[in-house]
Amino acid sequence: MRAATRLLLPWSSRLSYTARKGIHTSPQILSKDERPQFPGAKANWTEKLEFVKSDLYDGIPVYRVMDRDGKVMRPDQDPKLPKDKLIHMYQSMTLLNSMDKILYESQRQGRISFYMTNYGEEGTHIGSAAALEPDDLVYGQYREAGVLMYRGFPLDQFMNQCYGNELDVGKGRQMPVHYGSKDLRFVTISSPLGTQIPQAVGSAYAFKQQQKGLCVICYFGEGAASEGDAHAAFNFSATLECPIIFFCRNNGYAISTPTHEQYRGDGIAGRGPAYGIQSIRVDGNDTLAVYNATRAAREICIRENRPILVEAMTYRIGHHSTSDDSSAYRSVDEVRFWDSTDHPISRLRKYLVHNSWWDDAAEADWKKKSKTMVMQAFANAEKKLKPDWRLMFTDVYEKMTPGLKEQMKEMEDHLVKYGDHYPLKNYAKANTPLE
Amino acid sequence: MLHRTLLRSATITLRNSKFQKLQNADNFLSSPKVFSRLSSHFTYVPDTVSPSEGETVRMNMFQAINNAMDIAMTSDPSAVIFGEDVAFGGVFRCTLNLQEKHGKDRVFNTPLCEQGIAGFAIGLAVSGSTAIAEIQFADYIFPAFDQLVNEAAKFRYRCGNQFDCGKMTIRSPCSAVGHGALYHSQSPEAYFAHTPGLKVVIPRSAVKAKGLLLSCIRSPDPCIFFEPKILYRTAVEMVPSKDYEHPIGKADILIEGDTVTLVGWGTQVHVLREVAQLAQDRLNVSCEVIDLVTIAPWDKETIYNSVKKTGRLVIAHEAPLTSGFGAEIAASVQKDCFLQLEAPVQRVAGHDTPFPHVFEPFYLPDKWRCLEAVRVAVEF
Repeated sequence: MRAATRLLLPWSSRLSYTARKGIHTSPQILSKDERPQFPGAKANWTEKLEFVKSDLYDGIPVYRVMDRDGKVMRPDQDPKLPKDKLIHMYQSMTLLNSMDKILYESQRQGRISFYMTNYGEEGTHIGSAAALEPDDLVYGQYREAGVLMYRGFPLDQFMNQCYGNELDVGKGRQMPVHYGSKDLRFVTISSPLGTQIPQAVGSAYAFKQQQKGLCVICYFGEGAASEGDAHAAFNFSATLECPIIFFCRNNGYAISTPTHEQYRGDGIAGRGPAYGIQSIRVDGNDTLAVYNATRAAREICIRENRPILVEAMTYRIGHHSTSDDSSAYRSVDEVRFWDSTDHPISRLRKYLVHNSWWDDAAEADWKKKSKTMVMQAFANAEKKLKPDWRLMFTDVYEKMTPGLKEQMKEMEDHLVKYGDHYPLKNYAKANTPLE
Repeated sequence: MLHRTLLRSATITLRNSKFQKLQNADNFLSSPKVFSRLSSHFTYVPDTVSPSEGETVRMNMFQAINNAMDIAMTSDPSAVIFGEDVAFGGVFRCTLNLQEKHGKDRVFNTPLCEQGIAGFAIGLAVSGSTAIAEIQFADYIFPAFDQLVNEAAKFRYRCGNQFDCGKMTIRSPCSAVGHGALYHSQSPEAYFAHTPGLKVVIPRSAVKAKGLLLSCIRSPDPCIFFEPKILYRTAVEMVPSKDYEHPIGKADILIEGDTVTLVGWGTQVHVLREVAQLAQDRLNVSCEVIDLVTIAPWDKETIYNSVKKTGRLVIAHEAPLTSGFGAEIAASVQKDCFLQLEAPVQRVAGHDTPFPHVFEPFYLPDKWRCLEAVRVAVEF
């Protein structure tokens, strides 16, 4: 009798757990003797030798709101955002596009060292950013500048970072496009891929603990999803019940590597359920679909303290970076197809035009205005000096260590003697003492 | 998974080794051969604290660490403890009863994934929580190397001090344990010493473990706290009950002397204490014994002042010789104390091999190898 009770214990505790969690339990659960008792999984027996096949079903469907002509397919899916919000979204996308063009060209001319454009993925940035609250924390990869643009990061700041000038809040230490803004709650970008994903989970756990009613969104590409850190993050977020939105930009390529060399499952969204994560796939070129999915994801993860995975299907229209010529591994026709027939910017414009909120005159006017703004910020940033070279030594630790002070002093002495051989005239001199 | 199985037996052996010796009357088990495998290569010398430190309680190192975390959790409501198997008290008992006391949302198990643990810790710290993470053995910190070296260490620097992860601390058992072989014995401090932005701290005693761990947890910089696991139960002394901190970056002179400076950290400090006595007895040489305490940023001043006085330096560490942290100290000392040096700096370390199982007695920089280095330095 006692032995039987002990044997049943795991079941009774699981029943209460699932009841508390509101997880669906099948009717068979009552015939407990019939069910396997293994602690590692909840499942029935089978006498049929059968492998679960990964390729016998159509992939997870791609959720969309409007067609390529900007027409809403099901009226109940139209988020019916207010006009000024939609205009802000559209202007953020196009302003980003203008900035991309000018900074890409400036790299070609050797004026900045590096750049990465956002062509074709503007809808994923803006649609998701618009669905978040301003205090939700953002962790990105590097192709999410539109999120900052939507949140109001000034053009000057984008440019200051790319030039690494004395006004850059990052103090000129990182490569271009490694933006960050504490004020806008956008955690500074770093180059190592995937590292931000488990970090974002940690921040989400802190939010849950602090009962902030906020979520964390973490962006990454489909290539980065192959990193071990992605696996770590998905699993931690589920087991530790964190309010986080994983937002995957699946643009078909990781530099030159096409997705069929990246994975063989049903994309990234297909992995979510295996971790116990609710998942959805959306048309990343449909800004309103991205908005709806992100908004719903945000509500679920805050209400239920659980992660959500959003996979936005899109296409990387530009080269990977200024160090890459993508014609070496994909056809120009393929790129042209996406650029001309399924672009997030043109689609949202059509939606606005259907609603009579935008027209050719407004377009021409905004194009001119945005270009002028970008050029002005560009010219301002280029004129500025680089930061004081001694800022190379600060912020390694909160306070400079004796060893670092010594190295800075050595460099100062060196420059007294050899300063002629260094580009000192391009660097500012800080007014405040460094520590 | 293998390491978890191994570790159970390792912990149990540790816990029971003394017991077995006493209880088992079997001649074979109590034969000198078996004893030599189980006995440690050092004699622990407890730290003493002055009566001004207030009430003290007898504790071993794992209890002192547990006590430090308990204090940190009580004084900082944002603090959380997590890692593999910490909820039930940890495989070395360091987190015993903390979940019961502070709640399941503050002391919890993570999935078995070191890179996840480190990344999660960074994220907590970025959002203002105090993260106290455990890596079950220092040998398994390498999957988290990218998160620690590329991310934690560079977080503040790369964003111009807009964000930081200073509120994170990684605790991890390290160093030799008698039979830990390749993956339960490593001393990886030198890998991290080469990374600007991290602080690396190793205590020698229960008293230091508590004070230093509290400093690491409250430090504004990310810290790695390596705990010599052989000391968990061996290091027993009277530890102040109060909340106290020991400074990071400050070495301790444990024995004053005037002929040779001996520098080590962690378990090795106790080896060096014995070496000082042996050198006195056998060579009539007076040694100054220094516990470096902090690997990064290390206390150059204390070491330089000692070497300028003694003119001779012996550095000893369990980690392999080549590019071990001894190399950094030796190079720095020869640059700054060149005129005072009477002999080449001696380094006694683990050999440049993986850490072996049955050969451990021949691998470690034990007191006899250190004594020989003292003799060479004195007779140079």
